[in-house]
Amino acid sequence: MSPKTLYDKIWDAHLAHEAEDGTCLLYIDRHLVHEVTSPQAFEGLRMTNRTVRAPDKTIAVPDHNVPTTLDRANAATMTEDSRIQVEALDKNAKDFGIHYYPVSDVRQGIVHIVGPEQGWTLPGMTVVCGDSHTATHGAFGALAHGIGTSEVEHVLATQTLIQKKSKNMKVEITGKLRPGVTAKDITLSVIGVTGTAGGTGYVIEYCGEAIRDLSMEGRMTVCNMAIEGGARAGLIAPDEKTFEYCKGRPHAPKGAQWEAAMDWWKTLYSDDDAVWDQVITLKGEDIAPVVTWGTSPEDVLPITANVPAPSDFKGGKVEAAQRSLDYMGLTAGTPLADVEIDTVFIGSCTNGRIEDLRAAAEILKGKKKKDGIRAMVVPGSGLVRAQAEEEGLAEIFIDAGFEWRLAGCSMCLAMNPDQLSPGERCAATSNRNFEGRQGRGGRTHLMSPAMAAAAAITGKLTDVREMM
Amino acid sequence: MNKFDKLTGIAAPLPLINIDTDMIIPKQFLKTIKRSGLGVNLFDEMRYDDDRNEIPDFVLNKPQYRDAQILVAGDNFGCGSSREHAPWAIADFGITCIIAPSYADIFYNNCFKNGILPIALPQEQIDVLMKDAEKGANARMSIDLEAQTVTTSDGEVFSFEVDSFKKHCLMNGLDDIGLTMEKAAAIDSFEAAAAQSRPWV
Repeated sequence: MSPKTLYDKIWDAHLAHEAEDGTCLLYIDRHLVHEVTSPQAFEGLRMTNRTVRAPDKTIAVPDHNVPTTLDRANAATMTEDSRIQVEALDKNAKDFGIHYYPVSDVRQGIVHIVGPEQGWTLPGMTVVCGDSHTATHGAFGALAHGIGTSEVEHVLATQTLIQKKSKNMKVEITGKLRPGVTAKDITLSVIGVTGTAGGTGYVIEYCGEAIRDLSMEGRMTVCNMAIEGGARAGLIAPDEKTFEYCKGRPHAPKGAQWEAAMDWWKTLYSDDDAVWDQVITLKGEDIAPVVTWGTSPEDVLPITANVPAPSDFKGGKVEAAQRSLDYMGLTAGTPLADVEIDTVFIGSCTNGRIEDLRAAAEILKGKKKKDGIRAMVVPGSGLVRAQAEEEGLAEIFIDAGFEWRLAGCSMCLAMNPDQLSPGERCAATSNRNFEGRQGRGGRTHLMSPAMAAAAAITGKLTDVREMM
Repeated sequence: MNKFDKLTGIAAPLPLINIDTDMIIPKQFLKTIKRSGLGVNLFDEMRYDDDRNEIPDFVLNKPQYRDAQILVAGDNFGCGSSREHAPWAIADFGITCIIAPSYADIFYNNCFKNGILPIALPQEQIDVLMKDAEKGANARMSIDLEAQTVTTSDGEVFSFEVDSFKKHCLMNGLDDIGLTMEKAAAIDSFEAAAAQSRPWV
């Protein structure tokens, strides 16, 4: 048999039909649904008298719109249009008989945190969602990617997706990370190398010692931002850490089925002699704590660097860099560590898991945020929130002057009331620093949870290593 | 879905790289449960100031480009969020063809589901088309999907590649779901086999 990559193996196991022109129907094992990109898809089903083909494989949770303030049980905290969208999901979940975690359920949270937490996401699966950060689930060795609403409707109706196979890219992070360097720094640094379009047309498999050393939470952070590098999906081969994470989760297999699943999962790795269309290698020890300076995730530099000048770039990036500096209100040559911030946001599907909160709390323990800084922690799910409270992390955040919120996407994309004002500068653990992403005119610097915590204390972008 | 076969129209130049879907349609307009009516908010933050007045410098606010049907743009168009609201807004405005050096994957797929043809061409050819678009309303570009060509107002012709299945669906306005449902037997047998080999799924 010819050698295969992990992507090849998962692809082959899910190929339901291949037409002569190479157009494939890929079977979908898990379809995750949220309130923003699904109402038109369910409406489409109703208009054509179609049903959901596999409701038992379809899981819905509202996350984008929901307020994260403690008074959210009061419907008045939501705007009319947000409320209509959440109510539409309530109704669609009920009408079509799909699994559902409503706002009132402690298990509610960001769809990409709920899926793995509940054991819906398992190795070797195909996972889709009408959300680009579906790439997160690749951390389990699942082929997971975002789809548009028309494709949501297609998967609801047929449990398949029309696909052409992507190319294989290997991203290897060798050796060990230095202290203060995290999964977020890895994934941002990779995008710094490839650019935001470097992954277009590829599925990336992340491998190497530094990746193996990451926890499942860290691996989810890495895969989450594969889309920011343009890739269709990011993958990490499952190993003992993966199996340990999955074992005992509510929807993970049990008993003999667990054993059968393990037998297959252990075959899910890229063969030694597999052929790669592209290989990128970074040394773990070369990766520094990084922040973004511009309005694209590829605008990333070590915290010790200075704001670049447009003349440092070539082609269309010269104009783009100038536009970014104007938007961000930054001057070329300024040390990044001198840039003062107004706000700190810790949360999102990138960094809203328990380990992220532990890392931030570790820095904040016994300290206070700088006066005048607005700071919030938004746990990725109700269960993450409960665990953080049990571990005493919530107390650390509250004592440090942070707001301790309920679960949701929150200020990552600012569809709920958590938004930046024009010119407000934010140290954010989320995934996109696009113009207007966190609110019109808002200025976003992406970084790890520990770096965001450090920034809250000093009131400026800060090298977390100075606090360790 | 609307068919796309031939188009002759005004092309608006938008020479920026990495135009993301947050720029194309900001999140406050995603709170809709419909597909229609988003054209007025296309490129909202670039198009209107804080008081909702039009920003005259923005290309789609200029008199010569208000009726544009083609958009010529920079590399990695449509990156970011998977929101199909982006192509919905573009189509609702009246643009049914985009020409750029490259596209983000999800956006590219979403276009074909909404009667929009995204054409990828090398940067040198984009440079020529961008200059052509900058001539304004009198310079009409022509697109022929059947022949897979773009013709400038000066008659210069560029050929483009497009997936044959996507082309077929776009030219005939076909509904993907209907096509896939014709293959229900294949899906049934795959599902039955998978229930045996991977019963935990």
